[in-house]
Amino acid sequence: MANLVQIRDLKVEATTDSGRRVEIIKGVSLDISEGEIVALIGESGSGKTTIALTLMGYARPGCRISGGSVSVAGKDMTTLSEKQRARVRGTEVTYVPQSAAAAFNPAATIMDQVIEVTRIHGLMAADEARARAVDLFRALSLPEPETIGSRYPHQVSGGQLQRLSAAMALIGDPKLVIFDEPTTALDVTTQIEVLRAFKSVMKNGGIAGVYVSHDLAVVAQIADHIVVLKGGEVQEVGTTKEILSNAKHPYTRELLSAFEPKPREAADTAETAPAPLLKIESLVAGYGPSQSDGLPLVRAVEHVSLKVEKGRNLGIIGESGCGKSTLARAIAGILPAAVGKIVFDGKELGRSARERSRDELREMQIVFQYADTALNPAKSVEDILARPLTFYHGMNAKARSVRIDELFDMVRLPRNLRHRRPGELSGGQKQRVNFARALAADPKLILCDEITSALDTVVAAAVIELLKELQRELGLSYIFISHDLSVVEAICDEIVVMYGGKKVEDITPTKVNAPHHPYSQLLFSSVPKLDPAWLDGVEQDPELVRAYCRR
Amino acid sequence: MTMTHSETKSARISGTRLGYRFNIIGMFGLSIILCWALVAIFAPLIIPYPVGEIADLDYFGPMSRDFWLGSDYLGRDMLSRILMGARYTVGISLAAVTIACFSGVVLGMIAAVAGGWLDTLLSRFLDALNSIPSKLFGLVVVAAVGSSIPVLILTLSVIYIPGAYRFARALAVNINAMDFITVARIRGESTLYLIRSEILPNIIGPVLADLGIRFVFIVLLLSGLSFLGLGVQPPYADWGALVRENIGGLPFGAPAVMFPSLAIASLTISVNLLIDNLPQKIRDRSE
Repeated sequence: MANLVQIRDLKVEATTDSGRRVEIIKGVSLDISEGEIVALIGESGSGKTTIALTLMGYARPGCRISGGSVSVAGKDMTTLSEKQRARVRGTEVTYVPQSAAAAFNPAATIMDQVIEVTRIHGLMAADEARARAVDLFRALSLPEPETIGSRYPHQVSGGQLQRLSAAMALIGDPKLVIFDEPTTALDVTTQIEVLRAFKSVMKNGGIAGVYVSHDLAVVAQIADHIVVLKGGEVQEVGTTKEILSNAKHPYTRELLSAFEPKPREAADTAETAPAPLLKIESLVAGYGPSQSDGLPLVRAVEHVSLKVEKGRNLGIIGESGCGKSTLARAIAGILPAAVGKIVFDGKELGRSARERSRDELREMQIVFQYADTALNPAKSVEDILARPLTFYHGMNAKARSVRIDELFDMVRLPRNLRHRRPGELSGGQKQRVNFARALAADPKLILCDEITSALDTVVAAAVIELLKELQRELGLSYIFISHDLSVVEAICDEIVVMYGGKKVEDITPTKVNAPHHPYSQLLFSSVPKLDPAWLDGVEQDPELVRAYCRR
Repeated sequence: MTMTHSETKSARISGTRLGYRFNIIGMFGLSIILCWALVAIFAPLIIPYPVGEIADLDYFGPMSRDFWLGSDYLGRDMLSRILMGARYTVGISLAAVTIACFSGVVLGMIAAVAGGWLDTLLSRFLDALNSIPSKLFGLVVVAAVGSSIPVLILTLSVIYIPGAYRFARALAVNINAMDFITVARIRGESTLYLIRSEILPNIIGPVLADLGIRFVFIVLLLSGLSFLGLGVQPPYADWGALVRENIGGLPFGAPAVMFPSLAIASLTISVNLLIDNLPQKIRDRSE
């Protein structure tokens, strides 16, 4: 029997701005049978999205399909004319993008956008389409399916919008749906619900799917087959069970091992240092004009107290919008706290960075989430690292050069990268430079704000290993802010759970399996596990979900 | 991207050796600008007749072997006058555009980085300046103070500071919101360092393009002022003044009125061509 999708020896190439041609996809072949979900997994730049897009006969600007065939339901997408392709898109093959928020038009109601596909292709009458859309909303377990369509995109949450974009893809009754990292931008507590909705709709409708992701645990929940990609080539193909339990290719094993929690050996220096390095008492910070009581209008952090011992690490976790980044900004003095005391190394610090001395600033460094925006794109890596050396330590050119070499070695970057600009480095390399800049100041405490969330699992695991090693060598302390529990567990001695601007629980990794606060319980149980049966098996108290998830 | 590249035959575009791509239109613009710049520098050495000398017996003379571009309303050699006029047109405009863009861009970056009341004060003051029509402002100032080259340069630059300020501030505000600026701030860096080392390198491309456009505006405004008799004073003349003094030759189709106009057009158009086609750095360097 012929498969629904047959990709044979697919080649895609891109032309760079110097006129050079680069092959992005180097002869990929894969099959998808009817009603089957195949996951494409690999690091960024491995070509997974490019392959998914060729299923619609589409190549991004500057790229073109240069060889092979992509047959979907008997039609070869590479040889169809643009007009014929347009007829197939939205009816036979549809696409769910990574960021639903960017894919919806903010000026039109959701219903109008969901049924637009049926209007363009003339599939059914508008009333019929609306009725069908409501059915789909119900199937995707969206709240208030009857009326949600009359809202505008900004009036629903991120998780809901992602499910609505799936409804948009499903309304034309497609044979194949392409999911392009649809849950990467969501919190774990939201992701679980979205995954469930996708899975049930796909299984009930018998629709085939391509699920693009870099998260193996998510893929394990939803896919029948997994295709592991690297450098535009297929590394390994197998059923989900085979890949998870019996991976053959070294790259797949690396992906899997990045998932294994590596328990951190408890630091025993804590007992010998009685005075904490950083102590925060009842900190309040927020945005907007200050009110009559001296507090800001919107309080993102409310009366949070915590302390960090010398040489130990504190993790702060919580969903997006819980105030964890604001807390870091208040500690660093970027956003001056309205109320509260920050005591660092025995001295009370000024609330704003301007009130702090140069040495106080030097001893506490912050590393931001997006290395792309945290590094000046117009400067070479060498200049970026040289500035703190001149500024804090007054080094001359020779001493700087030696120190930069040392820093490169510390963060495991090849020295020949020093003349490159940030735009010429990979994501992991950029994050290392970002971190090296903080190290150049010789700090005592580094605030890491979601530094691994923009990275792939394999690269993130390497960065975490690096942080641990540097801590052993240099006796640093970290405050590690993340929404990813496994990352925090791997590196922190103590974990603070935040919800709605408040600290809800203090836990140590040894007790991590027994959190007391209901929100912590919900958060911990929502982290996907590398077990295909996890999603169906996980049970959550619906009361809890309603109370804490703004879905 | 960390993938192995398979090299295929590549079409080379001129200029790629230096790591920059520079297309033919941009080069054309640049060469005309360079020609005029050389003319401006070496004009006294190459003019066939002194600027003020009445050399031709006829006025509005045609193009001839002795007078390549004909003669003007007094019978002076047009070629010499245009070559010398390049000094005023190119020189005054260049000085004015440099002052305008330098002050505008520096103030704009300071306003973006400092924010608060300084930003408000500067922005409102320059908005107020912007609300005065530029030609009228130029006319009033030059008429009141009297026309001299420093006055012309200063007037022209004051007229174009608000635009340069607005442009630079808009760009700098975007850069100022980036994380690397926050990192530099909490490192304790001064405003001067922030604008010089963190912001300027990131806005220099658009600022140069803006400088090109402003240069053209200033050439045209200077020509306009000279046409009204308030620019460079006789016997010297910039290109705008040459058009004005020979406007009487228009009914005769005299070359004396055509060529200064062509000179203005060639300079302004080639500056525009250049800034639209500035050399672009090639990011793909993995050869």
